[in-house]
Amino acid sequence: MSILHTVNKSPFEKNSLETCLRIAMEGSSVLFIEDGVYGAVDGTSLNGKLSDAGNRLKFYALGPDLKARGLSENSVMNCVEVVDYDGFVDLVVRHDATYACL
Amino acid sequence: MEEIPEEYEGGIVKKFMYVNRRAPHGTIYAQESLEVVLVGAAFDQEVSIVFMDDGVYQILKDQDTSAIGTKNFSKTFRALEMYDVEKLYVERESMQARGISEDDLNVPVEVITSEEIGRLMEQHDVILSF
Repeated sequence: MSILHTVNKSPFEKNSLETCLRIAMEGSSVLFIEDGVYGAVDGTSLNGKLSDAGNRLKFYALGPDLKARGLSENSVMNCVEVVDYDGFVDLVVRHDATYACL
Repeated sequence: MEEIPEEYEGGIVKKFMYVNRRAPHGTIYAQESLEVVLVGAAFDQEVSIVFMDDGVYQILKDQDTSAIGTKNFSKTFRALEMYDVEKLYVERESMQARGISEDDLNVPVEVITSEEIGRLMEQHDVILSF
């Protein structure tokens, strides 16, 4: 079993990302969308937490949402893979269920 | 019309998990969640409810909304049993962070860890977020 967790809020405003990291099990994925993409950016105070969780989780960020916010694909952490809308759909299909951590 | 396969005649039952992460009276989320839980239960679906983060405030005892003019839906949680909704879970870490103990809650719940919530989530077909 694996869950796709989507995070759509800035981790500096809401605790959604923190909650996700707390409950996401080995083999699950976290996809950063909308304001959630700020959580994927390299050089923030959250990088340590993401790196720690990177051993058991996969991280993805939605490209169009990065672009809209002036963030390039190179601005996210190395452990984060940037996907487009088709990639988003693939992720949903590849996991057993999706939890939108609002 | 397409014929319904025999094995579905009693209806398809899926396992639904409702994840509540918001405090009860500042926004409509908590009350709406409860409405959806009741709808799911009315259709004989398997329902689990999880309270975590500020969602644990939804099931505190002694809520009284009379002076703010809104519905005190906290009482409805106690009626869930009649709809065969008996699987209520609260995240231990969220309770501890807020200084809440089981005695402070108005419904019987199972207190479980973050990890257990993660494992439980993987056993459900549909996860709804409130």
